[in-house]
Order: sequence, then C-alpha cells, then structure tokens
Amino acid sequence: MTLLTPQSGDIPLPVPGPISGPYWQGCREGILRFQRCSDCGASTHTPALMCAACASMSLEWVDSSGRGEIYSWTRVWRPVTPAFVTPYVPIIVTMEEGWFILSNLVGCEDDAVAIGQPVEVVFHNSGGTDDIVLPYFQRA
Amino acid sequence: MGHPFRDVAIVGVHNTKQARVLEGHDSQSIALEAALGAIADAGLEPRDIDGVVGGIASNFLYQSRIGPAWRSMSPLGIPAVIEGAMAIACGLANTVLIATGEAGSYRQHASTAPWTRPTNEFVAAYGMFTAAEFALMARRHMHMYGTTPESMAHVAATIRNNGHVNPEAVYFGRGPFTAADVLESRMVADPFHLLDCAMTSEGGTALVLTRADRIDDTAKMPVFLLGGGTDHYGPSYQHPPVWDLGGVRRPDLIAGHVGRRAAEEAFATAGLGPSDVDVCEFYDPFSFELLRQFEAFGFCAEGEGGDYVMSGVIEPGGRHPITTDGGTMSFSHGGASVQLFQRVIRGVQQLRGECVSSQVADAEVAMCTGGGSGALFTDVLLLGKERP
Repeated sequence: MTLLTPQSGDIPLPVPGPISGPYWQGCREGILRFQRCSDCGASTHTPALMCAACASMSLEWVDSSGRGEIYSWTRVWRPVTPAFVTPYVPIIVTMEEGWFILSNLVGCEDDAVAIGQPVEVVFHNSGGTDDIVLPYFQRA
Repeated sequence: MGHPFRDVAIVGVHNTKQARVLEGHDSQSIALEAALGAIADAGLEPRDIDGVVGGIASNFLYQSRIGPAWRSMSPLGIPAVIEGAMAIACGLANTVLIATGEAGSYRQHASTAPWTRPTNEFVAAYGMFTAAEFALMARRHMHMYGTTPESMAHVAATIRNNGHVNPEAVYFGRGPFTAADVLESRMVADPFHLLDCAMTSEGGTALVLTRADRIDDTAKMPVFLLGGGTDHYGPSYQHPPVWDLGGVRRPDLIAGHVGRRAAEEAFATAGLGPSDVDVCEFYDPFSFELLRQFEAFGFCAEGEGGDYVMSGVIEPGGRHPITTDGGTMSFSHGGASVQLFQRVIRGVQQLRGECVSSQVADAEVAMCTGGGSGALFTDVLLLGKERP
C-alpha cells in the first residue's frame, strides 16, 4: 500500500488558453469552476465556447461545490514519463452539478479507491510554480 | 440505388517485415517498401497508380513521378480505405495506393510511446496515456456488469497464441500463453496487466484498390468492400473517457458503445448481420476492447461480452475467431497509423485463403475494425469474396 500524494516532479503543466483562462484562474484562487448554459442550464467541462446540449453561445462560469463521487478509476504502475511517481490513480469524478472531470486521487492509500466513493477537490501547485495550481481529489 | 462499393476491389496488400526495431530504416523507407510490395502483390506497376492516400504515400507520388494524381491526406486506417474506395466509386481515381510505415520514432522507452500521450491541459498533468484512458472505460464496465480480469486475460491469451504460431509476427514463438500467464504479468494500468496491452514495434503496410472492371488484369483474387462506417466522438485523449458520454442527435448511442452505429451501417449496406461474419479481425489495443466490440456490434447483449468471449467462439476453430495474426499484442503495432490498417490487410489475406497461420477455412466474410472506446472512436469495414 502506498499513500497517494500529488506529483511533485517535472510533470507537464497546463498552458491556459483564452477559453480555459477563467478555469485555471479559479484554481489559483482555490475555486473549482465549470460552465453553465444561460439558456438551457446544462453544465459543461472541459471549457468550451458552445453549450454541448443546446449549441447556445451563452455560457457562464459558475463555482462548483467541489464535491462529487468517483465514476471510474485506474491505478498506473508504468508511468507515462519518468517524472511521474507510481502508483498514481487517475479518476473520473461525477460532480454534484452533473459534469465530469478527470483528475488524480490523493490523500489515501492506493487500494482505498472505489467507484461511488464521495470525494472533494483539493488544490496543489504541483509544478513548483504559483502560476499553475492543479485540482486533485481526496476522499470526502 | 446499387451498392456503393460495387465497382471497387482491393487487389494488393503487403506487410513488410515487422520488428521491435528495423535497423537501417526510417518511416519513409519502410513505407516505400510496403508500397512496392502491395503494387507487386496486385500484379501492377507503379505507373498504374493514379491516386494515393496518406502523407507518406504522397512522398511515393513524387518519387515515382506518377503525378498528376488524386491525393488524400487521410492518414488513419479504415477511414482512409473507405476514402480511397469512395474516390474510385466517384470516378476521381482508377487505382489507389494506401501506404504507411513507422521506424525510428520510438526507441527510448523511459516514457510511453509518443502517440500514446498527446499534450493537453486537462489530461497531461494527471499522467494520462492510452492504457489509462482505456482502463477507465474497462473499470466502468467491470463495475456495471461484473466483467472479470479473467475474461480479458482469456482474450489476450487467445490473440497472443495466434501470434505465437505466426512466423510473420514480432512475437512469433513467444508463447503459448494461458490466461494465468496474462494475470501474472506485471500491472500497467489496473485492470490491464502488461500482457493485456498492445506492444510497440516498427513496420510498413500498404494496400491497393482498383476499379472492379480491371480485376482481370490483377494477380490475386479480388476482395470487395461490403460495407463500412466510422464512429467518432471527438479528439482522442483530451477529454474524460466517460462510458456514458452521449450525444444530442442519438442519445441512445453512448461512447461505451462506440462503433455500434458504424457496424449497423456496415451490416445494412452489406445486407448481413453478425452471424454472417466468419473472421473477426478486431482491433486489439487492450484485451477489454474485444469483449466491448462484440457487445457494441451486436454479437451479444450489453454486459455479456465477458461471458461471450469465454464461450469458445473466439479461438481458432470457433464461430468468430479473433485477430488471427496476433494483432497489436503479438503481430505488430507500428506506431501511430500502421497497425490501424493491418486488420484490413489480414482480412484480405483470410478471404484469399493465403494466411501462413490460423487460416479460417472457407472464410467468406471478414469484419475488420480500428480504434476503441478509450480513444472515443471505432471504425468498421466488412470485406467479402463476392462482388456486392
């Protein structure tokens, strides 16, 4: 068993673009944001210009509760690059507001992961820079 | 309306030597060797080609001075074959060469292969790559239906044993394997063990299509396209691989069943169904994909893929033998695109009856596929011996 922690090596970091800027700014402020359609109310992630449900261009940024449950998971033993320490646990989380996010599980033993497990967001500046803060999830 | 591909035939196929490393080759040189091999297999000359598909085939177009010619930049597997066939059916070209190859691009293995790990701001920092993407789909299926690692391991052992007896496979003679061997191999991305996963290798592959009224001039038995389709949900490895990802146009077709629409279209065009398929040349990036594809294509009910692959149908001599050359697990996985054509190559070889191993007796219909759920796309091509 291994305690899962955020990566601290030289991992590839996001380069925020014009569409995703508010998302990454929220992470720097400790807030997980998603987009909600002003016309039909559907939630969207990853950051988009257009509503996936009704094609409206009226998307607004909304603060998430940061809570959800694990939808699926894997536990990686062969790292994508040597910068990643194994095991690490990629997860898909179903957020309370009805959107999906891909992240890693941290803060528990690697064999404590299960579909349906309630989780909450936790932020780490894994790249050693304050400019990029990554959302991870821990057991709630 | 007549059959859309009635006037098109596949008349040449060729795989170069496939190996973990092809010394002295780069992608251009091995693709050129593949192209000349497929043209020779068809009994044609380079000057008979007046259309090419793919970036490397475009280089062939210049080197052989067969221009001016029709060209498509479609690079990937079955969609490229369909596009080449459409060009002929539409009268844009008479004889189309599709060729690709990969050598020298992945020889330092500290990281996973470059084509498995696209850079993306919502994925890369979480250590995602192809195996993890597919594992997230497989894990959801296990949760929903109780699918077991044993059923996946049985698929992997079956495919690897097909490669074990194939002298042209990179891993020829490396078996035989049991499901227990697969389950005892080291874990890569849970639930996938090393032997549940595709390998990496180098090689070239090519095929030649021509007008059906020219098949009297070609060397080998022609093979026909009975139907095809492509299902895509967007770019691979940039968004969470969610099993239940649906769409606004067909909410019933979720990403976990990607390929179902393509298969339905292919079967409808062919006037056939799953029970008519003699050879299942299914794409095998991970063992789980085979049982998922059997569900998606309607060979069995949703959630029953695990029981289905354990029922004796997928082995040599079974009703629906799979991936008969050893696939990407044992035959070859030559990079970003080569292996996406090789199910079609093998399907042609099966229908011709020329396989050096695991030949299916009297095969009339082959179903060839590419892609998979973790990549959010699956393509389907039905091949047959009879002109549609």
